[in-house]
Amino acid sequence: MTGEESSKLIAGMPLLTNNEFLVFTLGTEEYGIDILKVQEIRGYDAVTRIANLPEFIKGVVNLRGIIVPIVDLRIKLNLGTPTYDQFTVVIILNLSGRLVGIVVDGVSDVLQLQPEQMRPAPDISASLDTRYIVGLGTVDARMLILVDIARLMNSEEMALMEQASGPGFPQPA
Amino acid sequence: MTIDLSQFYQVFFEEADELLSTMERLLLDLDVANPTSDDLDAIFRAAHSIKGGAGTFGFTDMIEVTHVLENLLDRLRKKEMPVTDTMVSAFLEAGDVIRMQLDGHRIGAEVRQEEVTRICVRLTELTHAGAVSSQPTTAAAPDPGYGLFEDLASDPGYGFFADEVAAEAGPLDTPVVQDKGDLASDPGYGFFADEVAAEAGQLGTPVVQDRVPPTEPVRQTAEPAAQSAPPSATSESGKVRRAQEGVSGAAETSIRVSVEKVDQLINLVGELVITQAMLTQSAHCLGENVFEAMQGSLHQLERNSRDLQEVIMSVRMLPMSFVFSRFPRMVRDLAAKLGKQVELKILGEGTELDKGVIEKIIDPLTHLIRNSLDHGIESQDKRERAGKALKGTVTLNAFHQGGNIVVEVSDDGAGLDRTRILAKAREKGLDVREEMTDQDVWALIFEAGFSTAEAITDVSGRGVGMDVVKRNISALGGRIEIHSLAGLGSRFSIRLPLTMAILDGLSVGVGQQIYIIPLSYIVESMQLTAQDQRSISRDGHMIHVRGEYVPLVPLRALFPLSGEDSVDSEQPIVVIIEAENRKIALQVDELLGQHQVVIKSLESNFRKLAGVSGATIMGDGRVALILDVIALMQAPGQKNQLSLV
Repeated sequence: MTGEESSKLIAGMPLLTNNEFLVFTLGTEEYGIDILKVQEIRGYDAVTRIANLPEFIKGVVNLRGIIVPIVDLRIKLNLGTPTYDQFTVVIILNLSGRLVGIVVDGVSDVLQLQPEQMRPAPDISASLDTRYIVGLGTVDARMLILVDIARLMNSEEMALMEQASGPGFPQPA
Repeated sequence: MTIDLSQFYQVFFEEADELLSTMERLLLDLDVANPTSDDLDAIFRAAHSIKGGAGTFGFTDMIEVTHVLENLLDRLRKKEMPVTDTMVSAFLEAGDVIRMQLDGHRIGAEVRQEEVTRICVRLTELTHAGAVSSQPTTAAAPDPGYGLFEDLASDPGYGFFADEVAAEAGPLDTPVVQDKGDLASDPGYGFFADEVAAEAGQLGTPVVQDRVPPTEPVRQTAEPAAQSAPPSATSESGKVRRAQEGVSGAAETSIRVSVEKVDQLINLVGELVITQAMLTQSAHCLGENVFEAMQGSLHQLERNSRDLQEVIMSVRMLPMSFVFSRFPRMVRDLAAKLGKQVELKILGEGTELDKGVIEKIIDPLTHLIRNSLDHGIESQDKRERAGKALKGTVTLNAFHQGGNIVVEVSDDGAGLDRTRILAKAREKGLDVREEMTDQDVWALIFEAGFSTAEAITDVSGRGVGMDVVKRNISALGGRIEIHSLAGLGSRFSIRLPLTMAILDGLSVGVGQQIYIIPLSYIVESMQLTAQDQRSISRDGHMIHVRGEYVPLVPLRALFPLSGEDSVDSEQPIVVIIEAENRKIALQVDELLGQHQVVIKSLESNFRKLAGVSGATIMGDGRVALILDVIALMQAPGQKNQLSLV
């Protein structure tokens, strides 16, 4: 990711510059994230578990000498079935230089959406807080939930960042 | 003094540059209406560090500005007056001025004295604006424009102006006039001081234009003065030229490489070593014949990759002389300023330390040495009365001990004053008791804002030093110990890990997980028998080893994972670890082996985890967590054994 990219991210308009999305599935729903935030896609392998963390943080992996945390979005969003086998997919995201892996049910497409294919997100209760949904995409009969993945991963509830006290993670006295 | 400081100038320039940028960033981010004391402290520390560095190298013009800056910041920090926007812009301007002076020293860029003067006056006005009501008469007297007047008056030995003249005589990177005595006897110097003193008398109403002219004639007088001071000045300038040649000569035989690149190399070599291990493993599976054919080259590969790793690791190592050699000058100037005779002894300069550690040890050491000189070594008549040699001694020493580097600053001064520290602690509202051990009392001086100095000088006594010293050292994974005997002196020992990049560790298995325990904390590991174990109340367990009772903590309980239930063992394996004078026995499932592991940060992509100081990558490519023994230690004695659980 270039510096320009991240500054746009900070400006809060991640979708206006790029309309290519990586599409993945969680349960029966299809999600789209900005392809420029994706570094690579790999299998789920050799995750070192870490105690005292929320269940959706599976642990850390060694990505060519760099230690990267792995989050299972299926557990976090309560969608799909958290099974782990040779087909389990991890999307490694590069969010302004920080790497984080997300486990999803599967990766299907890379799609380009035209502005007219994108709608603002209706204010509905979904498994995902609407704060993180930037819009809905329509491709033929499919509906994509377009997610501001950087915002979601950096949010406090993901407990991926330093904070006073993460959920279920008491600090030592 | 013949130590050539110029080789370290570059480091100071870079540091100061960085500090200025930090200060600027902090200032720009500062919430003026509601500033946090953390931010103000950080800004103050940046200014303080610049001043310290400038003092070390004798860049007195920079000290002058930072001192004034610091005065104001100090008052803000102590909440004696509110922060205003005007102040922030004045601070930013002061930053620019300091940067201009820095460039003056670095590349000989023009330094506009009138700007320097103007900012000093402005900062002083601001400093005193808030104090008018409380001390109206002093506002004009301590003449801040020229800053160091009081110093000059009260302490002629310091000779600030001699240096100033030297700086004026030519924008050189090296101090031209080392021997201030020469200049002091020069008529030009007398003129200068008089002129400025006269000028200072009118300082009540600072008019910038009025202050500019005097500097001009001064410069003119100073130049011939420096040139005409016959033997010393010429030989000194010869030395300067040689020093500059030395610098350019050194530049050709070394290159500056960013630490990031070196770290990248370390990473890659680590990966290479792992790949090589995997390759050897696979070759074994290929059958006897093939393996034999490959064995030679595989061995070669292994040797080469190990050598490569060692060399790359050594790139990060620097000798302690890198730090130590900046102190003789500082000690000399300080001693002169304080009117004390002090000898600095330096031992163990050749001891090598990781670059990352060495750079961060400079500030703490500077503070400790200043402290030793200012508070440790007594004044000459006190020493005489105590029957000590008139000349005090401050010793710097660095040596290896176990897996650590120990850096010591010791002095033969008065030692720490227990009564005064306790009194001060009470005054500060700290919880102290008369029967505290010496060690606990000494530890009090690391509390924030703690200073027993009676007067604030620009040497020490603002109480910034010691808490920052402690914090910096802890951040390096080190610790500091104080030994002090009344009347005989004190010794500050800093114990540091050899490198921040590598750690000797014991790998232990708990269920499917592997954890690394830093070897330096391990006392012993053993298999317990039933007789060794005692239980206290329902959950507490103790073991009895060699007449000592040690709390037993299953590692599994500290790091509980679902699906990995404890297997009760009649004869559990424990690793006894010791830190901060406490021991605990960690129960593990198995001991796997001893390794040198490369420490990886969890925080670069993730965050800090309780009880874990970092992570490493094992030979098979998996990640193992490195235990933070100190954090684990904080547990015993509390209910439920560990608050981590």
